Amino acid sequence: MPVTPPPVPLRHIFRVFFMIGATSFGGGLIAWFHRETVLKRNWLNQEQFMSGVALGQVLPGANVTNLAVYIGQLLRGPVGAVVSLVAVLTGPFFLCIALASVYQDAIKIPGFHAAMDGIAAAAIGMILRLGYMGAVHSCRKPPPILIALAVFLAIGVLKWPLLPVALVAAPLSIALAFARGKKAPPQPDKPRTDKPHA
Amino acid sequence: MRDNPLLALVYVFAPFSLLSIGGGPSIFAPMQHETVDVWQWLTAREFIDLFAIARTAPGPGAMLTTLIGWKVAGWWGALAATLALFGPASLLCYFAARLYDRHRGHQWHTAIESGLAPIAVGLIFAGALAVMNLSGGRPMTWVVALAAGAVMSWRPKLHPFIVLGLAAAVFVAREAMGV
Repeated sequence: MPVTPPPVPLRHIFRVFFMIGATSFGGGLIAWFHRETVLKRNWLNQEQFMSGVALGQVLPGANVTNLAVYIGQLLRGPVGAVVSLVAVLTGPFFLCIALASVYQDAIKIPGFHAAMDGIAAAAIGMILRLGYMGAVHSCRKPPPILIALAVFLAIGVLKWPLLPVALVAAPLSIALAFARGKKAPPQPDKPRTDKPHA
Repeated sequence: MRDNPLLALVYVFAPFSLLSIGGGPSIFAPMQHETVDVWQWLTAREFIDLFAIARTAPGPGAMLTTLIGWKVAGWWGALAATLALFGPASLLCYFAARLYDRHRGHQWHTAIESGLAPIAVGLIFAGALAVMNLSGGRPMTWVVALAAGAVMSWRPKLHPFIVLGLAAAVFVAREAMGV
């Protein structure tokens, strides 16, 4: 068994998730979560993160708050989940009200809409990059490639409802992964290296 | 209930928490119906404005709920609406995550993880497309999104703020030039 790493301090979880919530202009929160928790801090590995993304989308609720609850639960149980949820919503709570208070003036600033559209476009780029990294990591064989493509087409292009698509795709994908796993045992998880905040 | 706006906000938004499968976009239309037509808390125009504000501010688009609560009953209204929308779904997600996490290490858990990964990939790209369509889906948006993704892959250490700022500058410059 790998040595269990020390738990991530709650104040680190709060600081990181608060910053994600408060600075994620233009959206792209899922990509921010990935950058801050997987790439920079290794709090969880790629597979754990992608499971969280899938669960967060299939379950009701905002995808990003679900992901926050999932990661918080993983790191520190119920307290971690509460801290993560509160942290990620605190910034947006005050900022959206602040923006609403000045919105009628803000939209008169020349270029305001254009700047916001530009930020949103780049945020979409962040999400595309996350999808690309996920595909490189987990879609190396034809079955997962086909599953990812089918889900994208069904939800993104054909706009089929999520729940029935997930109820068909998930068991199929898991059964295929189980069959693959029997042939080749999976790589052990990378141990988490608890680096302090950069 | 009509007399207590906080209770009314919880009564309206809590059910949406558990109905919002696939995230915020799935509930915006029925939420507009409830808040504009049924409860008449705001006009259709105000709803569209608050929707735009929620999308412009950082955080999930579902902060629209917070703004409606704020409009109806000030800070307490904002808090009540936020808790009502995010509370029930978060609780459900917590128990699902705990159940899922408890079986870590089993062979079938590893299979579930590997099986969910490509589904997440498909959902991430579908989500990107949905946001793209929501923002008009102009060619310029596609070009900047792809360029931003490429730059971030090429220089992963670069802070995303720099890329977001550059993209904003490109859009503003293009508008200023009237292209």
